Amino acid sequence: MPLLEVQNLRAYFHTRNGVVRAVDGVSFSVEKGETLGIVGESGSGKSVTCYSLMGLIPKPPGRIESGIARFDGADLLAMSEAELNKIRGKRIAMIFQDPMTSLNPYLRIEEQLIEPLLIHENLPRAEAVKRAIRALEEVGVPDAARRIRSHPQEFSGGMRQRVMIAMALITQPDLLIADEPTTALDVTVQAQILDLIARLQRERGMAVIWVSHDLGVVAGFCRRVLVMYAGRVVESGRVEDIFARPLHPYNRALQRSIPALQGKGAELYTIPGLPPDVSKPLAACAFAGRCEFAQDACKTGEVALKEIEPGHASACVRVQRGDPFQF
Amino acid sequence: MFRFIAIRLLQTIPVLLIVATVTFFMVRLAPGGPFSAEKKIPAEILKHLEAYYGLNKPLLDQYTDYMSRLVRGDLGPSFKYENRTVNEVIASAFPVSLELGFWSLLVALALGIPAGVIAARHPNTATDHVPMGLAMAGICLPTFVLGPLLILVFALMAGWFNPMGWDSPRDRVLPALVLGAHFAAYVARLTRSGMLEILSQDFIRTARAKGADSARILFRHALRGGLLPTVSFLGPATAGLLTGSFVIETIFQIPGLGRYFVMAAFNRDYTLVLGTVLFYATLIILLNLLVDIVQVWLNPKLRFE
Repeated sequence: MPLLEVQNLRAYFHTRNGVVRAVDGVSFSVEKGETLGIVGESGSGKSVTCYSLMGLIPKPPGRIESGIARFDGADLLAMSEAELNKIRGKRIAMIFQDPMTSLNPYLRIEEQLIEPLLIHENLPRAEAVKRAIRALEEVGVPDAARRIRSHPQEFSGGMRQRVMIAMALITQPDLLIADEPTTALDVTVQAQILDLIARLQRERGMAVIWVSHDLGVVAGFCRRVLVMYAGRVVESGRVEDIFARPLHPYNRALQRSIPALQGKGAELYTIPGLPPDVSKPLAACAFAGRCEFAQDACKTGEVALKEIEPGHASACVRVQRGDPFQF
Repeated sequence: MFRFIAIRLLQTIPVLLIVATVTFFMVRLAPGGPFSAEKKIPAEILKHLEAYYGLNKPLLDQYTDYMSRLVRGDLGPSFKYENRTVNEVIASAFPVSLELGFWSLLVALALGIPAGVIAARHPNTATDHVPMGLAMAGICLPTFVLGPLLILVFALMAGWFNPMGWDSPRDRVLPALVLGAHFAAYVARLTRSGMLEILSQDFIRTARAKGADSARILFRHALRGGLLPTVSFLGPATAGLLTGSFVIETIFQIPGLGRYFVMAAFNRDYTLVLGTVLFYATLIILLNLLVDIVQVWLNPKLRFE
């Protein structure tokens, strides 16, 4: 049984300008100890997918329209706030994109670090502080015993993200959801944070959902990948299949857009057009409007993710029909 | 921190000197004098009085006289209350205003902060609209309406309190309620907007992701930052509670400083006007300093800027 199994998750935002279908029928699963990458551009619904699982989307205007997220047998989406509070921060932890705003500027690092222990493990304060100092040392914060008394403003961005990681992992969760945790950091710090999470994951056998728009990071870090577009999963598979044999034109186009993989001096490849407005009804394939291979069949009816080769699924109509065409 | 406080205290000296100078000449610009009344005082007696208080000297001499006494802490004799110095008037009346202000502040905070927090928990629902509607009414309703209204209902009709006076502890209730309710309304609105601002921050989402329940999020994570606007308001508000109590002191016949302050202006009691203005100026400066200190304590961000 997978650790987490999500089926047909739909999270909509009911705004004044219509219903924004941020996540529209997403299904996936995560095994124990596995690393799943979710890639896609801004607004593709990767973050909202994670927030929905954690019960963190603002309601209203957000609403979970349908779906099941079975975590260790229980449906996260059907839980009350009190039940969810027993799992959040204890068995599922989350780290966020912006370490500058994700820590409370009014509280000492110590207060924030020991909070999961006070909430979930009922530890006496002194005990919790000891564990917090160890956790800080483990993520490589120098002089942890002294610096734990500081406020977040006294830390650099990279150090703050280390604090966030220490805070998330302090209760030894089974699943870590990382929402673009390295996006706001510079490249060297990014590499350190990646190594750190990979090491802790190896040591603890924790599963990770890694959300990113950086294909390079995902390629090096994840075992399986979901490619999201306009709130839907358009392709999923093992990381080597996703990169070696793309089965969806969007995935192919994304990879062609990586600057490092393009010839020197050549004009950079970009995908024409803009992502669709998800508050309007979409074609069967949301990418159809920008796809160079689109046919009439892509625009009408419905298309679901379908396994094309073992463990590798695509939501491309033409790929599913077995049309002979080359990306 | 010590340096900061010392600098701020030193800064008050030139401020008070300027306030004293401006006030000294401004009260003299007003027509009339301390001894002009409906019934004319005989010219002979007036001359004596003016000589006694030094009012016959050139204005500039009077100014230097006053200032030289001021730096020694002597605010001079009152023109209207014979045989009493301004220092004595303030010393007898201010404790009353202070007590009224204290109870009113307590009412304002005890009503305003919970109302603001409750309203911010579920914005744009009934638990938001009801306290905020009441707060709006509290801001709009002047104390000279609310005061007599409460006297009518609770003193004259129900008979629970004396309609006026300042003798028994019970006499504190109605004035403190009237004065406090008005400020409670401001406090409630400020607390609500402060809390809403904080509750929309990323770090609140982090706290929820850690499994913190809503009580913990409100009190541990949000209240401290959410109260900052209220704290900045408390400096001017406390000053307002102490000075603005004039209407209340008149309605309830309370022998506080607010009444002396206003009556002094009507009576052209030059020294008493100057004395009370300087006293209030000092008070406001000190209260603002106190607010700044509390703010630094509440908001660690300020310590690094």
